[in-house]
Amino acid sequence: MSDWPILTTVTFLPLVGVVLILFTRDDNETGLRNIRNVALLTTLFTFVVSLFIWVNYDPADPNFQMVEYHDWLGTGIAYHLGVDGISMLFILLTTVLMPLCILASWEAITYRVKAYMIAFLILETLIIGVFVSLDIVMFYIFFEAGLIPMYLIIGIWGHERRVYASLKFFLYTFAGSVFMLLSIMAMYWVTGTTSVPVLLEYDFPVNLQYWLFLGFFASFAVKMPMWPVHTWLPDAHVEAPTAASGVLAGVLLKLGGFGVLRYSMPMFPDASYYFAPLIFALSIIAIIYASLVALMQTDMKKLIAYSSVAHMGYVTMGMFSATTEGVEGAIFLMLSHGIVSGALFFCVGIIYDRMHTREISAFGGLVNNMPKFAVAFMIFTMANVGLPGTSGFIGEFLTVIGVFQVNTWVAVFAATGVILSAAYALWLYRRVIFGALEKDSLKALLDLSTREKFVLYPLIILTIFFGVYPEPIFAAIHGPVAQIVQHYDAVLESTKNIALPVY
Amino acid sequence: MTSELLLSSVKLIMPELILAIGAMVLLMIGAFAGRKSGPTIVALAVALLLFAGVFLFWAGNGEAFNGSLTFNAFTRFMQLLVLIGAALSMILSVGHEEPEYLDRFEFPVLMLLSTTGMMLMVSANDMLAFYMGLELMSLPLYVIAAINRDSLRSTEAGLKYFVLGSLSSGMLLYGISLIYGFTGNIGFEAVANQISLGETGLGFIFGMVFVLAGITFKISAVPFHMWTPDVYEGAPTPVTAFFASAPKVAAMAIIIRLLIEAFGPAVDQWRQVVVFIAIASMVLGAFAAIGQRNIKRLMAYSSITHMGYALVGLAAGTEVGVSGVAIYMAIYLFMTLGAFAIIMAMRLKEGGNVENIDDLAGLSQTKPVMAVVLTALMFSLAGVPPLAGFFGKYFVFLAAINAHLYTLAIIGVLSSVVAAFYYLRIVKVMWFDEPTVEFSRVAVELRFVFGLSGLFAIGYLLFGGPLNSAAQSAAAALF
Repeated sequence: MSDWPILTTVTFLPLVGVVLILFTRDDNETGLRNIRNVALLTTLFTFVVSLFIWVNYDPADPNFQMVEYHDWLGTGIAYHLGVDGISMLFILLTTVLMPLCILASWEAITYRVKAYMIAFLILETLIIGVFVSLDIVMFYIFFEAGLIPMYLIIGIWGHERRVYASLKFFLYTFAGSVFMLLSIMAMYWVTGTTSVPVLLEYDFPVNLQYWLFLGFFASFAVKMPMWPVHTWLPDAHVEAPTAASGVLAGVLLKLGGFGVLRYSMPMFPDASYYFAPLIFALSIIAIIYASLVALMQTDMKKLIAYSSVAHMGYVTMGMFSATTEGVEGAIFLMLSHGIVSGALFFCVGIIYDRMHTREISAFGGLVNNMPKFAVAFMIFTMANVGLPGTSGFIGEFLTVIGVFQVNTWVAVFAATGVILSAAYALWLYRRVIFGALEKDSLKALLDLSTREKFVLYPLIILTIFFGVYPEPIFAAIHGPVAQIVQHYDAVLESTKNIALPVY
Repeated sequence: MTSELLLSSVKLIMPELILAIGAMVLLMIGAFAGRKSGPTIVALAVALLLFAGVFLFWAGNGEAFNGSLTFNAFTRFMQLLVLIGAALSMILSVGHEEPEYLDRFEFPVLMLLSTTGMMLMVSANDMLAFYMGLELMSLPLYVIAAINRDSLRSTEAGLKYFVLGSLSSGMLLYGISLIYGFTGNIGFEAVANQISLGETGLGFIFGMVFVLAGITFKISAVPFHMWTPDVYEGAPTPVTAFFASAPKVAAMAIIIRLLIEAFGPAVDQWRQVVVFIAIASMVLGAFAAIGQRNIKRLMAYSSITHMGYALVGLAAGTEVGVSGVAIYMAIYLFMTLGAFAIIMAMRLKEGGNVENIDDLAGLSQTKPVMAVVLTALMFSLAGVPPLAGFFGKYFVFLAAINAHLYTLAIIGVLSSVVAAFYYLRIVKVMWFDEPTVEFSRVAVELRFVFGLSGLFAIGYLLFGGPLNSAAQSAAAALF
């Protein structure tokens, strides 16, 4: 069992589902049901298998584990897989969210179900691939390939302005990524390898680091997204079908943060240090500006999208503080936000399925006839605000502590962002859930169905559990984070001793 | 020449001999059997190409006819690509149901002769052999561009191609004469030796630029691209597919050999020219394609862009660069032929081919397999991983970065983002729009070609290793 290639299995398991669905007829009710069932079972099975990664994971070992290596393409590019504590948690986040996404699209997707499920399963493989890759070109391939299914999902099953949104999503991300590709090539020529463990050990010359960092940053900043390249996100979120919004906010945005942690910071510590003030400034702008914009939204999905931009501001801020608290907080916040924002999009999807509108003004007083929904929505709203006792609190708190040690002013501004987030989130909640149930169209709404309970309740459990008992997550990431932070400090120390470049 | 030398030369050029003699025989068969013999002749011609391909491996490497022709891993690699391109476009012509005179026996014979020219050109080792190969390749191309003689557009395409092609041949010949005048040699190696002695001067540079201008016309790189959209649009689609595949590969091969083998020591001089042509082709191709409605014109601009990318690898002027170009051309060949196979499959139920991008609307609902393949090809041409086209771009830009051509690389990747826009538009039309027209059943030949190229686009991920190592050893032969 120990030499079983578990990472390959988890990564490509969804493709087995794809093959099964390919051979299923979709022109009758039974066929459609089979397609949905196969997709659900595949993602559930992938989740169960991915749990074995956690079981096998040894928190005491900060190196990459469960490594698989095969020669591939014969030109330096290798098939090289492995996980550390950070990537393991992101894999689990992906495999948890995917079955829920399939459940959330159970009835919402009415046409071309077969293609939809295939696209989703392929997307799952590609996302997991990003987290397990230990070859930088392979990482890039997975990172970019995810654009194809997402482009099709937004474009085919999206809402009115889907074509515009899907194209914008694709071109923004693609434009950012090509610079990362050039950086990867330059790294290949400097080091002669594309293997991540080797690159992590390599000390790049300081002047080169700046350029390489900018190349990677162009890609990750768009993906994250950071202000001012965030504008694709509200469009993509609003137009995407519910489940795609969930996976976009839940996992795809985290690829950027994961990339910074795995590549930018450990490989270019000097450049990270050099550019940290710029990133703090952008993060603060993102937190405050995006929160203010969120206050003014009339579209629920857009509001949550801007809230995502604000939360990602905390993530970048925490990571570039390069303190243990900041980095661990950023990782925790990414995981928590993956669950919470995914859940919020599912909540919006649930009322959208009933009313076919996302306008906040179309709702009000839902608590009267949808009490269960109101409770679930409240928990996620509170988690989004960062209420203690929910998972959202721990991440935000730690990132602010982390950045406080580096720059007090940044921490001050970030803390005001917390207040703003409370304002827009609670106001949204009040307008949608509270008040008198006056609108006739709302009076007939039914509360959560069994299927919707299966979507939301697991996420509630996760939100509260990790809000009260975050230890399992910290246990997994302590080792890798300590390594990143120590390496960062050590390199900066040595650079200072040699010669500080004058600018 | 002793008979032994002759024999060894004949062994080396066996594939070309098979094609040349085969073409004559087929011409005779056609002439005696009359018009009805078209399909038979095509089948025999494809068989001849396959046969020649087998003999490529048998013929071995070396120099023939006192160094007029040379055969090494690089020329054999490119010749194989040329043969594949010619064979697949010939198969495509069978699946073409539009009555455009393609069923005449002259068509395959002309294609065979043109292919012979390409094979000779790729392996040319002096300026005269190169020029003769080029003309043998070009003359049949002029004729088959105008083969649909009842169509105004086709004859216009043929005439335009002929006039501009003659102009470029003139420039080429003038450049060759200058090079001969200033170096006193026509052999590639002798020219290179003369350049490295440093006594060539400005006259040689003029000659080199003229030669480059003449030959870049054949790969339709900017600023010698003007004929491309009109000829692509006007010629019958199988002819366009042929133009876009085999001659491009052959011309790119001889550009590489000229620049590396003959002008190698003058790399600093020609690199500027190649960098300019590469940037101009990538940028113009990317922007000009945005406004196109006709898919054949779009493919014309797309091919201009792709020649620009291939030249990025050549601009590096290194072994890595040449192997990158070789991989790029192989991938480009399959992508282009697949795309043209699908363009040919755009045939209405009530008869007649359509060529507008909007006619592809809703293809994913009417012909899902075709739509999936075309989507893969479009993403591949756009250079999105994990498809083959990404690796092509990866290897050429890798070489450019290695040669410190950062500006070129940055402009290149940015133009690929612009180019992604119009490829995405085709995907959008196929997947996001509702069907407007219905296409008829797709001929089995077309399905074969686009299926093959779709498999190539996706399967490169798994089986790209052998192609990469073949291209690497091909490039190693030039250095």
